Amino acid sequence: MMTKKIFQMETISCPSCIAKIEGALKRLKGIKKYEVLFNSSRVKVEFDETVLSSKEIIDKIEKVGYTVLSEK
Amino acid sequence: MQKIIFKNKNIITVISATLISLSFMGHWILKDNFYSEFMLIIASVIGVLPIAIQAYQALKVKVVSIDVLVTIAVVAAFAIRNFEESAIVTFLFLFGSYLEKRTLNKTRKAIKELTEMAPETALKLTEDNKYIEVGIEEVTVGDMILVKTGAKVPVDGIVISGEGSVNEASITGESLPVSKSVDSKVYAGTILDNGTIAVNADRVGVDTTFGKIIELVVEAQDSKSEAERFIDRFSKYYTPLVLLVAFFVWLFTRNIELAITILVLGCPGALVIGVPVSNVAGIGNGARHGILLKGSEVIGYFSKVDTIIFDKTGTVTIGKPVVSETIYYGEKKESDLLYLASIERESDHPLANAILESIPLKNYIKVDKTEVIKGKGISAAINDDQILVGNYSLMKEYGINVTEEMIDDIERLELQGNSIVITVINNDIKIIVGVKDQIRDKVKEDIELLKRLKVKNLVMLSGDNQGTVDLVSKELDLTESHGNMLPEEKAEFVENRIENDEIVAFVGDGVNDSPSLALAHVGIAMGSGTDVAIETSDVVLMNSNFSKLPHALALTKATARNMKQNIVIALAVVFILVLGVMFSNIVSMSVGMLVHEASILVVILNGMRLLRFNMK
Repeated sequence: MMTKKIFQMETISCPSCIAKIEGALKRLKGIKKYEVLFNSSRVKVEFDETVLSSKEIIDKIEKVGYTVLSEK
Repeated sequence: MQKIIFKNKNIITVISATLISLSFMGHWILKDNFYSEFMLIIASVIGVLPIAIQAYQALKVKVVSIDVLVTIAVVAAFAIRNFEESAIVTFLFLFGSYLEKRTLNKTRKAIKELTEMAPETALKLTEDNKYIEVGIEEVTVGDMILVKTGAKVPVDGIVISGEGSVNEASITGESLPVSKSVDSKVYAGTILDNGTIAVNADRVGVDTTFGKIIELVVEAQDSKSEAERFIDRFSKYYTPLVLLVAFFVWLFTRNIELAITILVLGCPGALVIGVPVSNVAGIGNGARHGILLKGSEVIGYFSKVDTIIFDKTGTVTIGKPVVSETIYYGEKKESDLLYLASIERESDHPLANAILESIPLKNYIKVDKTEVIKGKGISAAINDDQILVGNYSLMKEYGINVTEEMIDDIERLELQGNSIVITVINNDIKIIVGVKDQIRDKVKEDIELLKRLKVKNLVMLSGDNQGTVDLVSKELDLTESHGNMLPEEKAEFVENRIENDEIVAFVGDGVNDSPSLALAHVGIAMGSGTDVAIETSDVVLMNSNFSKLPHALALTKATARNMKQNIVIALAVVFILVLGVMFSNIVSMSVGMLVHEASILVVILNGMRLLRFNMK
């Protein structure tokens, strides 16, 4: 089962932040689609919930230095 | 540790600035080089910390980010004991990103204001019959909600009790208060100016009209055009390439200073940020003016539009026709009017509504054997009388005798822009009614503005008779107009113009014209907050406000221009800096960083101009 989630991040203001978050997500197992939205400071992901949890995704994003404010 | 450093990035920037100025004071006043160098070393070390951590995180996920380039440059400058450069570069980089964040937030402000207008709490009726305040996420469909004076309506729903007046600016763009009483529909995000109402929730959260509008705009600001996707791909390879070039320059020239200068110059900031900044500011301006633009692709097409095709009814005209003339033939009988009204009552055609409104009756008689003849009218029976109500082609179909006098009347009415409704009782024409739709206020001026904005073809399509269409077209000075068209013929017309290599925008009410709206490069819906309009189109003019159209077009033109300016600025800066490095020695690492950061600020400030854009 594929799950879709949107994470609201703290304000993303540098373009290279996007590359970094994308780089971090790329290496996650079970992730199918991901998109980092610059202006709205959101991360959209589609992932397999049997392999990956949204907490793991948040941890990964926070590890590269960005705070996740909320998820929906 | 990392978090503390990031949290205090601003303080680090200030400390770094202080140390650098202390160092220069030490150099010039105390003439103490040891002291001033010491200050610079501390400034470099604390300044590079947040940058280096970001660089490390980027490298861990195999991304060569700007932070990586800057960190290498600073470390190398440090290694060759050029402490002045390393300190100043780190300071400029930190200060630059602080300013970037500040100004970027300003460009995003318009859209943020919109999302912050979303209601957060509601007074919900509980089981023990009391209203208590709850978070909006706890409200579900069917809940009873109390709204007090000055509060935001938290849901879409129907007023069950009470009355008041509501400011619906957030939905319609119109700030005149609208009065609401029992059975009125109210929308989430609107504000109750006075009174108290109890509302039954029909839709909550993102399902409300306001929720949908917000989602749409939030999504739009990040939608990317082909050009932007190209820049994104390009910048992924660009930074590693710069690193490589700098390395080879060092390898062959053994000139570390030159190599690290190249690293700093290579940062692609302005190019990557320029287009999104214009995009978000342009869409933000639109949102403030009641114009929803669904993304940068739409901006690209709309700014280059050749042909704007309007639907007549509901777009150019108000869409609420009124009876302008009623002509009787033979003996004038009250019962004829009663027949006409009774039959029209069976229909929901706009012309029928107009006629009903013109005949003030309380009681109607029973109608039998009603049959709708599509596009022509109705045939029915009342008591023993055979009755036809419809247009001229219905007369032809039934072989009704139309006299010279009647034909003259019909032609005159049509010339004046009326649609014709003929009533036949037992094969004799008894009544001819002319019904006319009003042209919206100021449409003529708006069309004139569109022409000045270099739209080549302004075309009107309508299902009405050609006479009516020609009349409106002439009054508005349109370039083309076609009557007697069915919705699918309109869509075909749009398709033909697209095949003719024109960039086509279609303006319609979003309900009947969805095929045309979807086909056109830019589908513009006159939406009074209806969901269909919001979903099927590329641009929504809130509150069906035609006069927003010229502003929308001018805004997309300004936004497209702004994007180009930003790309040019970004490329020119890099070009000049590269020339500067190759042919002179003015461009040092810190000058490079200064120009780089300045160029980012220039493109952001340039984008910000769009927020204030106004046509007049």
